Amino acid sequence: MRIVQKSIKFLTVLAIALCSFHGFASDTDKKHDTQDDGGMINTKEEVEAYILHHIQDSHDFNLFSYTSDGERKHFGFPLPVIVWTSGGLKTFMSSEFHHDDSGHEIVEKGDVKLTKIHGKIYELDAGAAEVKFDADHHATNAHKVLDLSITKSVMGVLLVGLLLLWWFSSLARQYKKRQVPTGFGRVLEPLVLYVRDEIARPNIGEKHYRRFTGYLLTVFFFIWILNLLGLTPLGFNVTGQLAVTACLAIFTLVIYTASGNKHYWGHILWMPGVPVLIRPVLAIIELAGALVIKPFSLLVRLFANISAGHIVVMSLIAIMFTLKQSLGVVGATGLSLVLSFFITLIEVLVAFLQAYIFTMLSALFIGMAVEEAHH
Amino acid sequence: MDKLLNDFSPGLFLVQTILLLLLIFLMVKFAWKPIMDSLSEREEGIQGALDAAENAKKEMQNLQADNEKLLKEARAEREAMLKEAREIKEKMIADAKGEAQEQANKMVAQAQESIRSEKQAALAELKSQVANISVEIAEKVVRGELADKDKQLSLIDKMLGDVTLN
Repeated sequence: MRIVQKSIKFLTVLAIALCSFHGFASDTDKKHDTQDDGGMINTKEEVEAYILHHIQDSHDFNLFSYTSDGERKHFGFPLPVIVWTSGGLKTFMSSEFHHDDSGHEIVEKGDVKLTKIHGKIYELDAGAAEVKFDADHHATNAHKVLDLSITKSVMGVLLVGLLLLWWFSSLARQYKKRQVPTGFGRVLEPLVLYVRDEIARPNIGEKHYRRFTGYLLTVFFFIWILNLLGLTPLGFNVTGQLAVTACLAIFTLVIYTASGNKHYWGHILWMPGVPVLIRPVLAIIELAGALVIKPFSLLVRLFANISAGHIVVMSLIAIMFTLKQSLGVVGATGLSLVLSFFITLIEVLVAFLQAYIFTMLSALFIGMAVEEAHH
Repeated sequence: MDKLLNDFSPGLFLVQTILLLLLIFLMVKFAWKPIMDSLSEREEGIQGALDAAENAKKEMQNLQADNEKLLKEARAEREAMLKEAREIKEKMIADAKGEAQEQANKMVAQAQESIRSEKQAALAELKSQVANISVEIAEKVVRGELADKDKQLSLIDKMLGDVTLN
């Protein structure tokens, strides 16, 4: 009975999603296809541009695109754009840009003219009718706006947030009825125990770990599920966004800085056991380490690993096109499939590993901050 | 680096910060706190059950030891009782034997006594008979052989020699 209910739920969601896909699928952009092959991605440069575009956040949820009769068709759905401009808050659907990403399509909202260049939304300066570019392809008469849109990454965050809330609150509810959870909760419980007993407890210490377990668990599952989501064909790249990893790293920074005790600050600012003259120098180094290097290493490690994973997987898939000439269709496809399959397996491991490392290091930094003096 | 900084979206950062804060708050309130509480409660329960089982085991062992001791005591008591009974039996037998012996001895002594007195009586009677016979013999001898003094004497001797005292 439960299975039936669930499948009905799933089918409803799928139906709604497909309806909107259909509506959007008919939406083609005829205007800006300057290439004669209708926007197909075949050459090395196009592949490179495509990969870089994928790595970036996006204002549409594009599942796939194809070319028929020289027209580029996109299959996906638009996402809401919310921007803070000189004329106040503006909201509209991203479909108004018609998949344009080069600053040609200009959306007028009141007296504000907005356009999208390389995934960023720009506001045209007053009086400008179209975007002018300099030699480096930077817009000269437009500036970026504060973009609070529900982009693909924000959608990913929301999706994972809801998933986590659903999974773990139902696990929490199960404990009211029984001691040992059943079903999916039986999968989740060991993971929760793993984070608590292998990450939080040994690194923070028996006395303080409980206070930080909530944060560590949230971050662990947030990063892990988002990493895994990035490996699906949905094409999320949330943990490969600098803004997201920076936010996570800053949370860790704030937590360990706020909970640092006397012993911790004493060792940073006035290191005991070294000559007095060296102490100020050490203090600078230690401060830089605690406030800059630690969070920076956290944010760059996660960002770089996940971005690199996406680039490698997509590059290996692109072998199918780039080596078609030299290996033939079957050879290039086979090579691409074998290589990308194995790299994807490794990426599944990396997805867990990076979540583990981020959580582990956060726990370690917090543990260093709350460690009691033991002399 | 320039490209990275260009890619950094302050808007996404802001949205992510708000969403993450919200997520942490909601997760702690609705998931982690009840889960952690239940888990530690369960762990304590398991520990308690284990301790109780250990205690029960110890108690059981104590009981068993007590039982063993009781059993041993009972066995020893039984042994002692059996031994005592055996001793009593032996003593009784020995006493009975002694008594019987005594009785027998007494009877033997009585018998001997009576035999002796009988014998004495018999002897006395014999002696008197011998004396009578002697007198008769002497009478006869004297009567028959009074002529020969030597013959009379030798006859007496011979007759006396024939007479045994028993």
